[in-house]
Amino acid sequence: MAVPLVFFGLFFAYPVAAIVGRGLKTDAGWQFGRIGEVLARPDIGDVLWFTTWQALASTALTLLIALPGAYVFARFEFPGKQLLRALVTVPFVLPTVVVGTAFLALVGRNGLLDEVWGIRLDTTVWAILLAHVFFNYAVVIRTVGGLWAQLDPRQEEAARVLGAGRFAAWRRVTLPALGPAVAAASLMVFLFTFSSFGVVQILGGPAYSTLEVEVYRQTAQLLDLPTAAVLTMVQFAAIGAILGVHSWTVRKRETALRLVAPGRTTHRPRGWAQRTLLGGVLLTVALLIVAPLAVLVERSLDAPGGYGFGFYRALQEVGAGGGTFLVPPLEAIWNSLQYALAATAIALVVGGLAAAALTRRAGRFVRGFDALLMLPLGVSAVTVGFGFLITLDEPPLDLRTSWILVPLAQALVGVPFVVRTMLPVLRAVDGRLREAAAVLGASPLRAWREVDLPMVRRALLIAAGFAFAVSLGEFGATVFIARPDHPTLPVAVARLLGRAGEMNYGQAMALSTILMLVCAVSLLALERLRPDKTSGEF
Amino acid sequence: MSTTKKMAGVALVAALGVTTLSACGGDAKDKPAGASASAAPKSKTITLVSHDSFNVTEAVLKEFEQQSGYTVKVLKSGDAGAALNQEILTKGSPRGDVFFGVDNTLLSRALDNGIFTPYEAKGLAGVKPEFVLDKEHRVTPVDSGDICVNYDKAYFADKKLAPPQTLDDLIKPEYKNLLVTENAATSSPGLGFLLASVGKYGDEGWKDYWSKLKANGVEVVDGWEQAYNERFSGSAGGKKAKGDRPLVVSYASSPPVEVLYGEPQPTEAPTGVSTGTCFRQTEFAGLLKGAKNEEGGKALLDFLISKKFQEDMPLQMFVNPVTKDAVLPELFTKHGVVIEKPETVAPEAIAKNRDQWVKAWTALVVK
Repeated sequence: MAVPLVFFGLFFAYPVAAIVGRGLKTDAGWQFGRIGEVLARPDIGDVLWFTTWQALASTALTLLIALPGAYVFARFEFPGKQLLRALVTVPFVLPTVVVGTAFLALVGRNGLLDEVWGIRLDTTVWAILLAHVFFNYAVVIRTVGGLWAQLDPRQEEAARVLGAGRFAAWRRVTLPALGPAVAAASLMVFLFTFSSFGVVQILGGPAYSTLEVEVYRQTAQLLDLPTAAVLTMVQFAAIGAILGVHSWTVRKRETALRLVAPGRTTHRPRGWAQRTLLGGVLLTVALLIVAPLAVLVERSLDAPGGYGFGFYRALQEVGAGGGTFLVPPLEAIWNSLQYALAATAIALVVGGLAAAALTRRAGRFVRGFDALLMLPLGVSAVTVGFGFLITLDEPPLDLRTSWILVPLAQALVGVPFVVRTMLPVLRAVDGRLREAAAVLGASPLRAWREVDLPMVRRALLIAAGFAFAVSLGEFGATVFIARPDHPTLPVAVARLLGRAGEMNYGQAMALSTILMLVCAVSLLALERLRPDKTSGEF
Repeated sequence: MSTTKKMAGVALVAALGVTTLSACGGDAKDKPAGASASAAPKSKTITLVSHDSFNVTEAVLKEFEQQSGYTVKVLKSGDAGAALNQEILTKGSPRGDVFFGVDNTLLSRALDNGIFTPYEAKGLAGVKPEFVLDKEHRVTPVDSGDICVNYDKAYFADKKLAPPQTLDDLIKPEYKNLLVTENAATSSPGLGFLLASVGKYGDEGWKDYWSKLKANGVEVVDGWEQAYNERFSGSAGGKKAKGDRPLVVSYASSPPVEVLYGEPQPTEAPTGVSTGTCFRQTEFAGLLKGAKNEEGGKALLDFLISKKFQEDMPLQMFVNPVTKDAVLPELFTKHGVVIEKPETVAPEAIAKNRDQWVKAWTALVVK
């Protein structure tokens, strides 16, 4: 418990509190009156209103589109399922700089939709909503679908034998069991879309602004710290409320359900209705998720002088003239891997210890801590980044120019995933097994090795893989603190995109594709490791 | 039960501790200049803090390091506005010795917050006087660039239409729905273009101009990347993205960049510059107050306006030198244009009005 507490206190709570404090405290003392002043401003009111309703709409749309998908992934067996499951998760861990560009190619002017149907969605709120579905599809598939796959279909069958109609049986048996998972997924999607940054900036154009975008503008561009502080507090309150409800639904979900191995509930689709459903879901995935990713790959291969690996070959050379702007992009890949590895290690230690502590203890304090660990997901990277600047500035903690800051910031985002993955598995380990081992003469270490480790190992690997993928794609915090001589992949992509010229653009696309592949491969590896029985939320 | 968990925790830490250590070990080898350098009393390291676009040829930097005996560490943090704001926040306890990248649109914010120590760089006499904006030498001018409307040569040739040359041209009906620009609130070329109109039409007249520009179908996107790489039909990225706007707010140096990074390099730039639409941006560097290595920082400032650095800059950051004797590379003289009469606005006027201009612009054009 102590390690995660210190970690969060030092690298999250303290920096954030300090930057908020800087905004609200003047020589004349605390200026709480400012809160009312800022909130009364009409432009801030607009931002609050837009943030809320677009998050609600995005969540509803994501559920509408992804729930049939969750059912199909849970109950049907079809070729390429594992690959597709990994693929739909790729957007979730890709940086928005990259995906925004790809998505624009789909819904923007002369995008795929425009060419086929004359539909153009850029700079409309529809582009934002669809991109949010694109990003969060996997959350629903994994959270709801994961549980759905383990619900014993015989319960529903039993209800039908007892005379309930098909719908009534589903409504009375499956829906209540699924309800908390749906609620949890909705809240996660709401959390991610409520704090949406890159999507809104890139696809929405300047007319749309969420709280997160506004915090960035007020802090990084205008240096209006009081306004930023008030907005951060509003966001904090909102995220806190969301997380409170979330942890409540999670607890409800952990009430005893009869779970079976997913392998036993799946079957090949039968009849035209099931085949249509499968077809529909596959088409949605193809249009909404595969198409934007494919556009990215296509552009990376569209080298001068015909399709080929020209841009990839160029990645091995330093940019023209050489300089501090570009390291050879292959080196950026290596940097990314190193940072992600370190971040994963930190996230696993902190998250693992937190999960262990949460399993051992109960009570309101622990539940609060559980929610606290999720907070970094909903707090602006610029707030944390600027907070680091003004707090970690004295030895022994003058880390502002140290490389360790990057993995630390990335780990903040990774920890929630580790906790969410480990927690259900740790809670499911039956203490009696270990006692049985002890009775049979095993030493505690041996008992742990023989009983706990095999059960926890897979969850641990999955957690590690997820933290790794998330760290690889993390951009917001990294861009502020990445050492320029060691830029990460997303930072290198952003730099290349920031320059004119065909080679720069092409190399950015090629690097993005590589990043996508690395993420996809690590996610695919996770699919193979997926435990048969209880799995975490992701 | 609880012992099991404790054991699990301990084993976890043990296992991961090894991972962490090996990760650190691997990293430490190539990151020797980290925290230890700042702790040393007589530092041989100069830390330059800048924005993401800072760039210098490695050989040029090496030469300076060899001659001066210092090692230069570059720390980039975000775009120009964000980088400066971070310096203001860490005032008195800076992360580096020299900050490079405050331009004339943000100069007053830097000076008002007092983050720099005055220093008259050696070689300042060689800098063209119009760039020396601070008489107390808290900042030293390093480069200058022009924010201008770029046009897609092929589009205008196809349509047999002369590309627009001035701000007045842009509101003519033949150029309706052709221009894409950046958000003045979040993007520095966007702000520059707004200031060009302020320079030309004055404190009140610019609003009238922008209403006409809006009526003529100007499109606003958030950043340069989207405007240039997605919407503009003349750039390499825009061609791929099938951008359909043949006019974009970018830099006077963008056409040479299109040539340099073309594959194969074209003999002529695919894009041109509307020379009557430009705003001149000048970038400055300064010695940070509280710098750990003041002597080194001063040496670095001297280096930034040395002939070597000034002549290296154009092909690295795509900006123009500020010194009189610096020779421009052929790429610039051949494919670039010299902007004779750019619009300018005094830094004091920008300081006083920037926020309200941007606010009024947002209300007028974006909402």
